[in-house]
Amino acid sequence: MKKTIITVVGKDTVGIIAKVCTYLAENNVNILDISQTIVQGFFNMMMVTDANNSQKSIAELAEGLEKLGASIGVSIRCQHEDIFNKMHRI
Amino acid sequence: MINMFEVNETNKMITQENLDVRTITMGISLLDCISDDLEQLNQNIYDKILRLAHDLVPTGEAIEREYGIPIVNKRISVTPVALVGGNACKTPEDFVTIAKTLDKAAHEVGVNFIGGYSALVSKGMTKNDENLIRSIPEALAVTERICSSVNVGSTKCGINMDAVRLMGDIVKETAERTKDRDSLGCAKLVVLCNAPDDNPFMAGAFHGVTEADAIINVGVSGPGVVKQALSEVRGKNFEILCETIKKTAFKVTRVGQLVAQEASRRLGIPFGIIDLSLAPTPAVGDSVAEILCEIGVEYPGAPGTTAALALLNDQVKKGGVMASSYVGGLSGAFIPVSEDQGMIDAVTAGALTIEKLEAMTCVCSVGLDMIAVPGDTSAASIAGVIADEMAIGMINQKTTAVRLIPVVGKKVGDNVEFGGLLGYAPVMPVNRFKCENFVDRGGRIPAPIHSFKN
Repeated sequence: MKKTIITVVGKDTVGIIAKVCTYLAENNVNILDISQTIVQGFFNMMMVTDANNSQKSIAELAEGLEKLGASIGVSIRCQHEDIFNKMHRI
Repeated sequence: MINMFEVNETNKMITQENLDVRTITMGISLLDCISDDLEQLNQNIYDKILRLAHDLVPTGEAIEREYGIPIVNKRISVTPVALVGGNACKTPEDFVTIAKTLDKAAHEVGVNFIGGYSALVSKGMTKNDENLIRSIPEALAVTERICSSVNVGSTKCGINMDAVRLMGDIVKETAERTKDRDSLGCAKLVVLCNAPDDNPFMAGAFHGVTEADAIINVGVSGPGVVKQALSEVRGKNFEILCETIKKTAFKVTRVGQLVAQEASRRLGIPFGIIDLSLAPTPAVGDSVAEILCEIGVEYPGAPGTTAALALLNDQVKKGGVMASSYVGGLSGAFIPVSEDQGMIDAVTAGALTIEKLEAMTCVCSVGLDMIAVPGDTSAASIAGVIADEMAIGMINQKTTAVRLIPVVGKKVGDNVEFGGLLGYAPVMPVNRFKCENFVDRGGRIPAPIHSFKN
């Protein structure tokens, strides 16, 4: 199963997780794992998701999440997990 | 499973340190396009490029979006045109029609450069080779996306000094033909020794005759990532320095390997090689010169620079070969002047001269690259500089190259603006003493003794 990694970075505000999760639910993306921290008011979240049943491609999801991020003032990236696996695992 | 620290590290490289895949270059053999009818030949070339490469740009863009890694250029390299056009082209003007066809095909498929307007003449020139070489100034003046290269020497064959002398004239003529654009044509013309068959980087890319019908080669970059990693080990000893460069090069190359495999799979074209080069751009933080400064020299050109570059080049290779099964091309550190803000600053500060750059090319992956020189530099002097550089390549069994731009109407101290990835360059002085009696001798320099390994 290919996994999709979603990262959200930016200034903390109300409803970031809610909005991201709503978007994922609407697009049939299942969340497998979430880790999240706030350091000095800076919000940092990583989600491991399964987007195989989504009607949208990773590229389309990435575009949608980027727009969503812009609307709430955070940066959201959505990437195929392999870029991280390749770089950090032999 | 992958953790947040690792994810953030990768994304920081991409968003803050200019990590990118510099180019996906599709190599296309044109040997099966050969015809004795010029019109037919041009049609065959156009059809084949469109058939194989029509999906190259959209595929590159899709990979870019899916993995969140910028792929800056999508390019094509073709079989050296001198080999393809010989049957149909009887004059330099005939060859120019092929240049126009390649340019049209490049526009049609959306690639920003197409390389392979080339001749391989390391031992001798056929009439076809000579016609192609003589057509280069016109071809570069009337096209936009063509890159041209001429291989004039190798460790196995020696140096073809007739071709070196001729290239002195051709570089001058190309400068003259494109003088309204600061002699931009010369930025797309490179003279090589020991040219690799699978180089994905322009202007020296061509699809060698040893290659398959079509192939995907990928050039990775990332000087900003190396610089950032080194800033964290400032003041530490050479062992730690080298280890850091190696680890970083490994990570960068793995991304290239992923992109190459994906592109190859999606396009249905075999994967060739990864070229693990540190290729700078004029953007701040995307500079090989800044790495040299981080290693410990005030400016590139200061004593110690050649040693610093030698270790950088070697560690990049050592880290990179672990990350991919097939590495090739040029692989190492590029030291172009105009494309690297740190190099430009070093020249402006008076730290860096052509002579020091020549020494640096003994240990870097290519050669004298993107150097603007005064417009009144003689063709013989340019040929002399080319001969010097070719000798370094021949004796040291490495690729060397010369991309000099004698900018018409400009003198030492002036600035030249090429725009985009090509950047801008301060005009550098060339040694003013003559070498006509040397370059005009004619013939070739024999292969060195260590080439006889059979």
